[in-house]
Amino acid sequence: MSQTAIAPPPKVAPAAAASRPVYDETILKYFTIAAMFWGIAGFAVGLLIAVQMAFPDFNIPPYLTFGRLRPLHTSAVIFAFGGNVLFATSYHVVQRTCRARLFSDGLSWFTFWGYQTFILMAGLGYVFGVTQGKEYAEPEWYADLWLTIVWVAYLINFLGTLWKRQEKHIYVANWFYLAFIVTVAILHLVNNVSVPIQIGSVHSYSAWAGVQSALIQWWYGHNAVGFFLTAGFLGIMYYYIPKQANRPVYSYRLSIIHFWALIFIYIWAGPHHLLYTALPDWAQTLGMTFSIILWMPSWGGMINGMMTLSGAWHKLRDDPILQFMIIALSFYGMSTFEGPLMSIKAVNSLSHYTDWTIGHVHAGALGWVAFISFGAIYYLVPHLWKKPGMYSTKLISLHLWVATVGIVVYITSMWVAGIMQGLMWRAYNEMGFLTYSFVETVAAMHPYYIIRAIGGLLFLLGALIMVFNIWKTIASPDSVASETDTPSLTPAALPEHV
Amino acid sequence: MLEKHKKLERNSMLLLIFTVIAVSIGGIIEILPLFRMQTTIEPVKGVRPYTPLELMGQEIYIREGCNTCHSQQIRPLRDEQQRYGHYSLAAESMYDHPFVWGSKRTGPDLARVGGKYSDEWHVAHLKNPRAVVPESIMPSYAFLAEKPYGDWRIKKRLKVLQSLGVPYTQAMIDEAQNDYEAQANPNTIIDPSGLQERYGDKVAVRDFDGNPDEITEMDALIAYLQKLGTDVDFSTYDPDYALKPKAGAAK
Repeated sequence: MSQTAIAPPPKVAPAAAASRPVYDETILKYFTIAAMFWGIAGFAVGLLIAVQMAFPDFNIPPYLTFGRLRPLHTSAVIFAFGGNVLFATSYHVVQRTCRARLFSDGLSWFTFWGYQTFILMAGLGYVFGVTQGKEYAEPEWYADLWLTIVWVAYLINFLGTLWKRQEKHIYVANWFYLAFIVTVAILHLVNNVSVPIQIGSVHSYSAWAGVQSALIQWWYGHNAVGFFLTAGFLGIMYYYIPKQANRPVYSYRLSIIHFWALIFIYIWAGPHHLLYTALPDWAQTLGMTFSIILWMPSWGGMINGMMTLSGAWHKLRDDPILQFMIIALSFYGMSTFEGPLMSIKAVNSLSHYTDWTIGHVHAGALGWVAFISFGAIYYLVPHLWKKPGMYSTKLISLHLWVATVGIVVYITSMWVAGIMQGLMWRAYNEMGFLTYSFVETVAAMHPYYIIRAIGGLLFLLGALIMVFNIWKTIASPDSVASETDTPSLTPAALPEHV
Repeated sequence: MLEKHKKLERNSMLLLIFTVIAVSIGGIIEILPLFRMQTTIEPVKGVRPYTPLELMGQEIYIREGCNTCHSQQIRPLRDEQQRYGHYSLAAESMYDHPFVWGSKRTGPDLARVGGKYSDEWHVAHLKNPRAVVPESIMPSYAFLAEKPYGDWRIKKRLKVLQSLGVPYTQAMIDEAQNDYEAQANPNTIIDPSGLQERYGDKVAVRDFDGNPDEITEMDALIAYLQKLGTDVDFSTYDPDYALKPKAGAAK
């Protein structure tokens, strides 16, 4: 594979070597393996619930019904897979771009085991019926408290590494990681204010009720997308694409505008989940307006990532890792156009409550989040285990195509299904009566649910190919000399004037 | 501008503070007014807190993730109002901690399902959805009929909700356990009139699951479903209330 050629480590005098930072890479290996483990688990549960919607006999009450497994799927892919990817990459990027070891080894290990414990607490809760019932914020109060502790440790560990940095400037990827960590903390704390029924009870009541509870939840929910699944993964984009392409980030100025515009505007967009509901109109209109404005910073960021390849487009031809990253940006561009479109009230009146929304989410989650993660992990694995490259470039390519076809099958089936569903619900016959009963619209979904499950299966197969490839890479006897003590910032560095 | 930005790039705490400010503004402007403005929740008559049995029904509804497939929010669109009834009011969910409006209609909206089907239909449907609706893709919830209610700590629940602003009276809290049993089992020695005195005459008192020998989770869930959307008397609701001069505003 066309990996960046690794220069032989320069011979350094012992005195000089001692002043160089020794990075903590063991923790990165743990987070990387955990990400793949939870990724497979989350994709598999996703496949199961997709099959349940086509064939309800696959529900096994009481523990394995769609209602209980759906949060298991969303939490596993967002928080378990996505979260571990973010830990792995943020810990990697912050060390490299600060030329400093992570602030505290103790905190690093605490965040690792603490976060895996949180995942188990949350996941077991859903299966046994312990949930707050708020999308993407299902874990009950005890798990929320535990996550708060872990998250504060994460923030300290990340900030502490910034304090230790040997570089004058904080690299742009770290701005995004920092915004992701601190904003998720704020969202998590405000949305989860609740009172347990008693100490020792796993259940609680949310402090917020009705319409206020709805807006706070979607302020949280939308920004879980905006900061967990966007800002964090943009951090990945700003480091791994320049590294893999061996080119500097396209525009420093655009990075600054991208960062501030994105984080400022994203936070307003939550009410677009509540259009035409009992939420006051002014809040709905505000949410819709900012959602449309959000299109601009989103595409600004995409352009900044894509144009990083200017002058190096030929690399895209035969580097499947770069292909993963650029396809990810394409899906990012597509879903950040689709999102504002769906936030327009007239469009939303059709799309809301339908499978179109599910298709939209998966265009972003599979196409953007998972693909940029796969790209970063394919970069990281040989780097961390000191191998000359991945075991098989052909298998990376195979993964790319199987997964891409899977995504396209998934989202197109959901577009058709969702729009059809919306049109059937509002169809009137010439007598002025509703044309379809609700259950007729359910029956009409059946073939699309099957097609969607096939798309999901392909995506899972792709990920299994990746696991095999990673396993063979790690097990291979080849190795390259350690470059741990030679941080090479140059390729991803900021433009010369900074 | 770029020169000034370098300060932020060199100072992690400054960067952190500016980030927190940038992400706080939108939330503050959108969320805080909802707690202050009187027009957030419209003045309507009839909305009451859940009875203990209905509250446990809601607990089961959330536990089973019913809200992942069923919305409880009817939009003011012609087809929705024809299919499901009057559009949902903010007042109707003001005692829901948290809200269960949902975001997906894999199954139909349930905001006004109360009273639309008989208890027997609900029992048969929950036990085996496809026996009643052949095309349904809902899982079977037959196990609810076999689960007698456990130690729900009902009093404590009402107390917590009261502390969060739900207008449960002291009598409602004191009598919570009795009210719970009285609503689902009219054959007990407990007189249900106290329950209706506290929660209103419209409270349905009957054996919901067709098994008078014990109170099951099926009883609670159906009691909750049969209550949904039945509170408000729409003959007294004025959708233009916010546009009219407030009584006494002239003074």
